[in-house]
Amino acid sequence: MKRIKFISLFVIFTLVIVTSCVKDLDVKPIDSNVIVSENLMDREGAMIQALAKLYASFAVPGQDGVGGSGDISGIDNGFGVYTRALWMLQELTTDEALCAWNDQTIKDFHWHTWSPTDVFNAAMYSRIIYTVSICNEYVRNSAGSSDPDVIKYNAEARFLRALAYYHAIDMYGRSAFITEADLPGAFFPKETDRVSLFNYVEGELKAIENSLGEPRFEYGRADKAAAWMLLARLYLNAEVYLGAGNSKYAECIEYSTKVINAGYTLEPDYRMNFGADNHLSQEMIFAINYDGEFTRSYGGTTYIIHAATGDNMSAAALGIGSGWGGNRTTKEFVNILVDTLAYPPLATDTTFARVPDKRVYLWLLKSWEINNVGTFSDGIGVRKFTNMNHDGTPAVHPHNDFPCTDYPIFRLADTYLMRAEANLRLVGGDAGQALSDVNMVRGRAYGDASGNITAGQLSLDYILDERGRELYWEGVRRTDLIRYDKFTGGAYLWSWKGNVKEGKATESYRNLFPIPASEVGANPNIHQNDGY
Amino acid sequence: MVKHLSTKTLLLLAILFWGSMSAFAQTGQVTGTVTDAGDGTTLPGASVVVKGTVTGTVTDINGKYSISVSPNATLVFSFVGYESQEVLVQPNTVVNVPLQMQSTALSELVVIGYGVQKKGDATGSVSVIGSKDFNQGAITTPQQLLAGKSAGVVITSSSGAPGSGSTIRIRGGSSMSASNDPLIVVDGVPLDNVGISGMSNPLSVVNPNDIETFTVLKDASATAIYGSRASNGVIMITTKKGKAGSKLKLSYNGYLSMGVAPKFVDVLSGDEFRQLASDKFGTNNIDSAGLARLGTANTDWQSEIYRSAISQDHNISATGSYKTMPYRFSYGYTNEQGILENTDMKRNSLTLNLNPTFLNDDLKVNINAKGSFSKNNFGNDGAVGSAVRFDPTQPVMNGNSRYAGYYTWTMDGTPNGEYNQMATSNPVAQIDLTDNQSKVNRYIANGQFDYRLPFLPDLHANLNLAIDQYSSSGHNNADTTAMWTRRAGFGQLIDYNQEGYTKTLDFTLNYKKDLDAIKSKIEVMGGYSWQHFYRKGDNYQRSIVNESHPLIVADSSNYATENFLVSFFGRINYSLMDRYLVTFTLRDDGSSRFSEDNRWGLFPSVALAWKLKNESFFKDVDALYDLKLRLGWGQTGQQNINNGDYPYMGTYRISQPSAYYQFGGTWYPTLRPNAYDPNIKWETTTTQNIGIDFSFLEDRVSGSFDLYNRVTDDLINFIPIPNGSNFSNYLTTNVGSLENNGYEIALNFKPISNKEVVWDFGFNLSYNQNEITKLTRTDDPNYMGVATGGISGGTGNNIQIQSVGYPTNSFFVLQQVYGSNGMPLEGLYVDLSGQGGNVAGNLANFYHYKKPAADYMMGINTRLDYRNWDFALSGRVSIGNYVYNNVASQTFYGNLYNNSFWQNMTSQIENTEFNNAQYFSDLYVENASFFKMDYMSAGYSFDKLITEKLSGRVSFTVQNAFTITKYKGLDPEVDGGIDNNFYPRARIFLLGLNVDF
Repeated sequence: MKRIKFISLFVIFTLVIVTSCVKDLDVKPIDSNVIVSENLMDREGAMIQALAKLYASFAVPGQDGVGGSGDISGIDNGFGVYTRALWMLQELTTDEALCAWNDQTIKDFHWHTWSPTDVFNAAMYSRIIYTVSICNEYVRNSAGSSDPDVIKYNAEARFLRALAYYHAIDMYGRSAFITEADLPGAFFPKETDRVSLFNYVEGELKAIENSLGEPRFEYGRADKAAAWMLLARLYLNAEVYLGAGNSKYAECIEYSTKVINAGYTLEPDYRMNFGADNHLSQEMIFAINYDGEFTRSYGGTTYIIHAATGDNMSAAALGIGSGWGGNRTTKEFVNILVDTLAYPPLATDTTFARVPDKRVYLWLLKSWEINNVGTFSDGIGVRKFTNMNHDGTPAVHPHNDFPCTDYPIFRLADTYLMRAEANLRLVGGDAGQALSDVNMVRGRAYGDASGNITAGQLSLDYILDERGRELYWEGVRRTDLIRYDKFTGGAYLWSWKGNVKEGKATESYRNLFPIPASEVGANPNIHQNDGY
Repeated sequence: MVKHLSTKTLLLLAILFWGSMSAFAQTGQVTGTVTDAGDGTTLPGASVVVKGTVTGTVTDINGKYSISVSPNATLVFSFVGYESQEVLVQPNTVVNVPLQMQSTALSELVVIGYGVQKKGDATGSVSVIGSKDFNQGAITTPQQLLAGKSAGVVITSSSGAPGSGSTIRIRGGSSMSASNDPLIVVDGVPLDNVGISGMSNPLSVVNPNDIETFTVLKDASATAIYGSRASNGVIMITTKKGKAGSKLKLSYNGYLSMGVAPKFVDVLSGDEFRQLASDKFGTNNIDSAGLARLGTANTDWQSEIYRSAISQDHNISATGSYKTMPYRFSYGYTNEQGILENTDMKRNSLTLNLNPTFLNDDLKVNINAKGSFSKNNFGNDGAVGSAVRFDPTQPVMNGNSRYAGYYTWTMDGTPNGEYNQMATSNPVAQIDLTDNQSKVNRYIANGQFDYRLPFLPDLHANLNLAIDQYSSSGHNNADTTAMWTRRAGFGQLIDYNQEGYTKTLDFTLNYKKDLDAIKSKIEVMGGYSWQHFYRKGDNYQRSIVNESHPLIVADSSNYATENFLVSFFGRINYSLMDRYLVTFTLRDDGSSRFSEDNRWGLFPSVALAWKLKNESFFKDVDALYDLKLRLGWGQTGQQNINNGDYPYMGTYRISQPSAYYQFGGTWYPTLRPNAYDPNIKWETTTTQNIGIDFSFLEDRVSGSFDLYNRVTDDLINFIPIPNGSNFSNYLTTNVGSLENNGYEIALNFKPISNKEVVWDFGFNLSYNQNEITKLTRTDDPNYMGVATGGISGGTGNNIQIQSVGYPTNSFFVLQQVYGSNGMPLEGLYVDLSGQGGNVAGNLANFYHYKKPAADYMMGINTRLDYRNWDFALSGRVSIGNYVYNNVASQTFYGNLYNNSFWQNMTSQIENTEFNNAQYFSDLYVENASFFKMDYMSAGYSFDKLITEKLSGRVSFTVQNAFTITKYKGLDPEVDGGIDNNFYPRARIFLLGLNVDF
């Protein structure tokens, strides 16, 4: 009897313990930094904070700023920042910049020798599609809301997705294609081609045009002008993206005009767009925001300012602690920026201070000629971006490493030059408007009309050079050179293009970057670009 | 002295007490002689104890004894090296006792998962390393005791830093992204294998002096009972315990040691450097402004940062039995100095073990408590690399006021100029201006209750309750004058805290029955285990922006996480005619890291053993002492995925304050959807093992041979996925397979064994080949693999890759082209792809060349005992391990003078004469096969010194005595295979003292 009692007690005890313990396996995160997806909406401000992430995907590597918790992997956290990858692919491949470092395959960009296994290229591609995937999630979560704020947020998410896909159109010509209809999991996304993606982006931008906020409604947010500007850029390059004969210059003029009439004005001081207080610039249409305290990364303007500073250039003058001695420019580009026949480089004027064009922010290093790509002091230093306010005062949140300077994506001077170019390219375009647009930009650069040009001086090539002078190091050079067919091939050579000092012609298939080998390997739906 | 006396007094009182108790019974003397059963020689010094008491005596020089007993007393006769014997005696009789030599280890009990087993009955691959076989020397962590002692167990210490940890690999690693560490079980408590910030070695909670044995479970049939955590083997640590009826024994064990750096990296002296600089004038950016920045000193930076490190270690233990309760208590104090200035580790450790029995021995209780309290001073090991690179023409101090006087590279070259942040930091300043310390407390306590059911004596119920708790706090600060902090601000203040615990509840029922009728023995065990792991921590970093700006938050982070494991398991051991043994185990594991659908994993194993020696045809072969064949098959699981505790759950992560985003005038924290795999599940390893155990000539020659194959499927892998299919480009998911094949040989010889001389010789060899057999879902043959193995030089450069068809972490490099003079041609590599263009910039031209893991590992050790003297040697051979020499690959002329500062070169520049970085040249992947003499020691044992009871041993040991290798770097033994100036392992001279009384 006693035995039975003992055994049954024991069995009951055991069952109770065991079942309660098995339930322990149902855990929920206890970390206050982690929210289970289904509880997301319980958090106050979740919608705007999740929206902030979509913007931050362009600015920082992940959730810990400079440190861990990166959004994408397989790449150094700094290299994987959207603005840094974008800048490298758009600038290091051109006459405007080359890098001295030994980081993996970084020199391949300037040499036009990159391959499908390039990790920087893979980071760009992954960052684009990653940004699309989190925008999709946001579009799903915010769909059907009647809250006017959320309707606006939803449109902004669609704008940012369109911007990311625009980069895929411009740099890859094809990509994985996912929309809010594709739930995350383990599947092989479909592939899309350049024309379909163009049509998709164009359709999206037009669809959200009226849902976005009015121009300049809140700094940092994408508004109607941002969408117009992106449409104008698509249209300006339509012949490149859609093939010869598919030009859309009239549409480019239409949308640039909308931007120009939206209340922006060129800042009298050009530097106002590239300093720590550039968020106050009256010509900034859309920028990626950085801050010395709250938005830190080793991409964006941190990278641009530090990498450009080295040798005997003063870091303190740019509001940073030190330079990284990486990027500088070529003599070919300086010959565009400065009339070097009139103002030859002089040891007594290392910054070309005597040049009347106030857009010249250069620094003469040891050698005008680039004898060794790996030597920073071979080449000409660029000091356009700074972590000082435009008037030379320190930033609001000064930090030796992390600038407050925002990364400009679209600004008004670009709009004027786009409209001018479209007018010149459009059969029956308004050449008078083109000239006045160009002189608008030059007038600000010279502070008066002394730099203005005449109708006879204006040509398409002149506009390409003027875009270089106005927009150098702002991440548009590669796209511009391709539109002029000067990026690959032998029409325009610069130092070390093609991996020879004098420069040589390169293969035209390099007008597109390769789809990363890892993507082609992981997704059987994705094909490689021709030539690679 | 007072304490000592009082202990003795207590002991005396206890004896008197027991004596007076027994006086009431009719006591009388028992006398007799204790002899060796083999040759009949008398055994002086054998112990004779009345069972269940502390009354006892020892035999005299003629082996005779005399002891007072009451009627029906049991005497326990024991002597070192002999089997103990119990004899029922009556007063006033003569009892002569012959003792059998303990000739074999076969009857020794070995600890296996949730139980013990006779070694002779083991069916799996189990190796036991007892304290006699432990490594000697300045040993501060348990792993060091084991290095080179067990076939198939590779232990690599991560560096020479005080108290630093070691990587343990059993039969190669069976996982890729998931942990490859074995499960470590201390006195029945499975430890959480997580890094503790501020503690370089999680195992340092166990004082090596307290360890009795290590049992290494290698094949699945042995480990499967630990199912979920056993894919990489199990190491069970058993600590020393008190013995019932034994007298108080006090023991002291300690050493004093001196460590020195075995050698320095061969760099240029100041004079040589000045010569090279002027030779290179006009090249590599070296101009007259550069030459003007050279100094006039001849500083040997390495000798400035290293020292002769004096360390000491003291341990006292008390073992005995209070009434019927055996106990052991120990206290240990370690003060280890590192050879790098400003690094040390101090540790106090306490252990208590009680193992009383109650209810007529039906209830056995075993209580263990361990505490370790350490203070670590990590210093700044960045100085190791800086000392190799810093310009030898500069003085240590130059009298500046801005950088606390330490010579500092400045932008304008003046002593007080702006710091050149690209420049090498002054290594002496790094050492002096760093305050990087931590305090770590860790406790492990458990109680095991084994109850023999009175109405069913064959059935035992066993309950094990354990808690393993730790807390650490530390800081890593640098003075505002520290030049290297000037990159982000001024000075550095980092605080961190971490705490965590593991709670364990195991319950087992064990039924054991001898079925004599069918000549069988059967043992059935069933159990249940519950474990809860909890960890949390925070990190707070801040610095000053500039002299006038106040402190600002630079970065702060915190986390908290937990996971649970619940398991049901069972084992059947069946033995027929003591010849045929079968073991079957099954474990059903539930992990909170997987979704409800994938939560449970079932891990079976089966093993057969055939005791050939017991067959009639071998029974009479005297030369053959033992022969056993083992066959095993089993599966184990892995859920230690190194990527959070909630990988199957869709979550959002809130950003830290440095990753906010600005709209208008407000900075918003951001919410990110995290990538997740709702279907993630167990990784499974299937092991097959064939083994043979043998012993000849009265155990003079014994050993074992094991052949194994381990296949891991559904690898938990952090790999690239199709972009757009999830919320990242990489995901932790189940993709891929990995295979390990190998064999192990363990041999022990006893060439001489007599009363005067005992000579033991041990040898073990293991061979392992590892290959990745699948890595992607698509099985794309063109898929190159996943880059890994970050190096120093540039940013983001990786030197290793995981590729199908190759071992894990294979080096992935360019094939160097050499000139006719044998010198490498800079920048010229074989165009393996045939694609032309920039060969070095195209990964298609990279190839798989060697790997860091050794093909063959051998452990060799020998011990000679001659009268009171003992001599021992232990060494290791590693063959086929390669190391990427990152120190050499950063040596090129282009680095001499760059960004307005000079850097020293290692003498390896003469082998390449490269001007620019050529990080991916295969010439830097060097054969690092080695022989290491881990220690050489000599000892002298004494007994009856001063008093009868005082015995002990003095010893002298040289640890890390010498290394033979072709490797050109400092030390060929490099954890992970990338040598980038790690804290060098010291050569240690050590004086040891052991006293028992």
